[in-house]
Amino acid sequence: MATMEKARRRTTASSLCAICNQNKAALKRPKTAQQICRECFYSVFEDEIHNVITENNLFKSGERVAIGASGGKDSTVLAYVLSKLNHVHNYGVEFFLLSIDEGISGYRDDSLETVKRNEIQYGLPLKIVSYKDLYGWTMDEIVKAIGLKNNCTFCGVFRRQALDRGASLLKVDKLVTGHNADDIAETVLLNILRGDIARLGRCTYITTGIYSPNAYRGFAREFIKDLERIRPRAILDIIKSGENFRIATSTKMPEQGTCERCGYISSQEWCKACVLLDGLNRGLPKLGIGRTKTINGGGGSGGVKPGTKSRLSNVGMKESRTRSRQYSGSVDF
Amino acid sequence: MASSCGGSGGGGGGCGSQCSSLRDSPSVVGEEGNEILEVVENASVSNGHRSILRCSKCGEETAVYNKLCLDCFRSFLYNKFKVSVTSNAMISPVDCVLVAFSGGPASRVALQFTHEMQLKSQKNWDASKDQQQPLPVFGVGVAFIDERAFYSANNSEIDEAIEEIRLTVSTLFPPAKQLYVEPIEKLFSLDLIEGKARLRKLLDTIDDPTGKDDFLHYLRAISLQKVASENGFNKIILGSCTNGIACHIISSTVKGQGYSLPADVQYIDGRWDVPVVLPLRDFVARDLIMFCHLDRLRTCQIFHQSECGINYLVSSFLTRLQEENPARVRTIVRTAEKLSPFGFNKYKEYISDDMVPSRLRSKVQNLRASESAPLETLCPICGTPLCDSDLVNLKNRKCQVECDVFVSYCCASCRYQIVPKEEDSFNNFYSLLPQLFTRRVKNGLHVDHNQLREQVEEFLLSDDDEECGDTA
Repeated sequence: MATMEKARRRTTASSLCAICNQNKAALKRPKTAQQICRECFYSVFEDEIHNVITENNLFKSGERVAIGASGGKDSTVLAYVLSKLNHVHNYGVEFFLLSIDEGISGYRDDSLETVKRNEIQYGLPLKIVSYKDLYGWTMDEIVKAIGLKNNCTFCGVFRRQALDRGASLLKVDKLVTGHNADDIAETVLLNILRGDIARLGRCTYITTGIYSPNAYRGFAREFIKDLERIRPRAILDIIKSGENFRIATSTKMPEQGTCERCGYISSQEWCKACVLLDGLNRGLPKLGIGRTKTINGGGGSGGVKPGTKSRLSNVGMKESRTRSRQYSGSVDF
Repeated sequence: MASSCGGSGGGGGGCGSQCSSLRDSPSVVGEEGNEILEVVENASVSNGHRSILRCSKCGEETAVYNKLCLDCFRSFLYNKFKVSVTSNAMISPVDCVLVAFSGGPASRVALQFTHEMQLKSQKNWDASKDQQQPLPVFGVGVAFIDERAFYSANNSEIDEAIEEIRLTVSTLFPPAKQLYVEPIEKLFSLDLIEGKARLRKLLDTIDDPTGKDDFLHYLRAISLQKVASENGFNKIILGSCTNGIACHIISSTVKGQGYSLPADVQYIDGRWDVPVVLPLRDFVARDLIMFCHLDRLRTCQIFHQSECGINYLVSSFLTRLQEENPARVRTIVRTAEKLSPFGFNKYKEYISDDMVPSRLRSKVQNLRASESAPLETLCPICGTPLCDSDLVNLKNRKCQVECDVFVSYCCASCRYQIVPKEEDSFNNFYSLLPQLFTRRVKNGLHVDHNQLREQVEEFLLSDDDEECGDTA
């Protein structure tokens, strides 16, 4: 251990790559704090992704896989690396690019151009699904109906579902997203902050990703950036914590059923997108947002289904009963 | 920050003038506390009808905080404290408890309420002396850990503060309580000057500021253990409140200690030689600060948290979150509550059946019957249970040298932020580490609590303490 430390010191002085020890170091990698050259960074980075894929058996030969592409850095890197690894390591996987057009004028146009460029560059077929086609509403129209507040809920819910619907249009077996370590660390933190133990158990699973729009998300992101500045490995440590939480096996995970209306996976009678869409179409756009009592299962922590209502109030009564017992029966020594 | 805590010299008496000065000196209730006081003050001024606001509970007195009058607020807090103590069997009549007192509002309230419970049972004892088998009165002691060797703080100020604490403790009678002032460097050597030098040298080997901060925390915990076992106490009461625990939850998560997290957030922590209990776990700092202010309990913040490192970052993050939603800390603690606790977080056999209130007896017996908790392997530095990946590493590593064995038992977080990586500085670190740490790992076999107790037994002083004379 000590010799490694000394070796690192030496390379710092001459600023040579800590891995190949030949080229000039081009960057200090946040994850390991090593100074390495461009080529070594590429190869280390690609190898790590390859290891994750093989260790977790993410792909099988002959599968069709869609890459959720937003045109941003994460998904562009993902598309590049996956198509490269597919050639190099012969996964035998057929990759597609899948983009969502929310219909926000002046926002998505540029990034869709990037995705179209990626299509040509990496030779991956591209499918663009738009909110307009799927739901009959563009984001611009939704904002007009609901105002500037709370429209993130629509965007988030619709996007998650649009990705899945796009995936089924492409007839793919799997969908990969460019969620990076920062995103997952953020999700772990947010789930602690809002007390969602079931999601806390699920959010670090490598084969799922959840979307959680919140007001304090911004704080959390900033906090993570600050943490990274003090201690780069903190982000990976948060994920490690998330993986190791001792969650009782009896903790009820939200059950995955199907939406009665559209058949999409949902933990409630109606999926969140249908509730929101129903509200929009009936001219009640606030339906399903926030902590109001929605009629048809608002999903998450907000809504209460008619069937569960009586049960919930029972629990409440039970709690108050035990509390009053505790107060009246405390014993003095 | 520079001002002394509380009045100088013999400032114990005239409460009125002191309390009006409370708001002027930030060191009295801490900066956060001062802000809260201001907010409350402003709210009542802006309402403009302060005298009209009546207590929402009794409807008679003037409401001073949260729509409650002082008496109702006080009995609300005291009842909450009593419920958390009795329903978790934290103090049994034969116990001798040591209250860890820092001078801050949380531990001040813990001390006050423990004293009131003791006073009540003393009255019961006095009244029922003629009858058969009255319940004995539990003993209470107070410990203050003097950390000035860690901070290069002003000596005279700290001496004054300690005098102040002595005065506070002496007013809490009957029954009289003994105050133990324990310099933290005493862990290193009985000679304080040498101990201080060793502590400084040891701290120099730790590079990471957060690691240093946490190490001080572990030293403090072990000092309390030492005071408790040397003076015949069998429980330690910590004044950790919801805010502190929420900070701990987030910072443990950030340090990758997700696995061991639930161990630190329960009411009872029995992994140490002397079990530690947290009766204030469900109290929000805001309430405690307000109570100290309103009830004229003198508090002082003697040592200040260092303003760098992860712990500081986390606490400022939480402060910010609370501005958005004041109940956020409670949510965080509730989340962590849902994680499965460890075997040592349950009642242990240290409660004898006949001393348990009849209401709780069946609960305790049930727990005892189902007790088959596996023995956890604990990190010798921070005492957190090792997770599976750490244990796998431990099995794979075959170490011969004593200090290598020690490192292999440390958790990943301590290995990263506390244990020095370079060989020379590590050897230095290991040689300076107090025996209480190194003894936890012996010859590659982890010592369990009972074994540890047997080993320490001969070093424990046997002189009985009058203050906590065991009447049973």
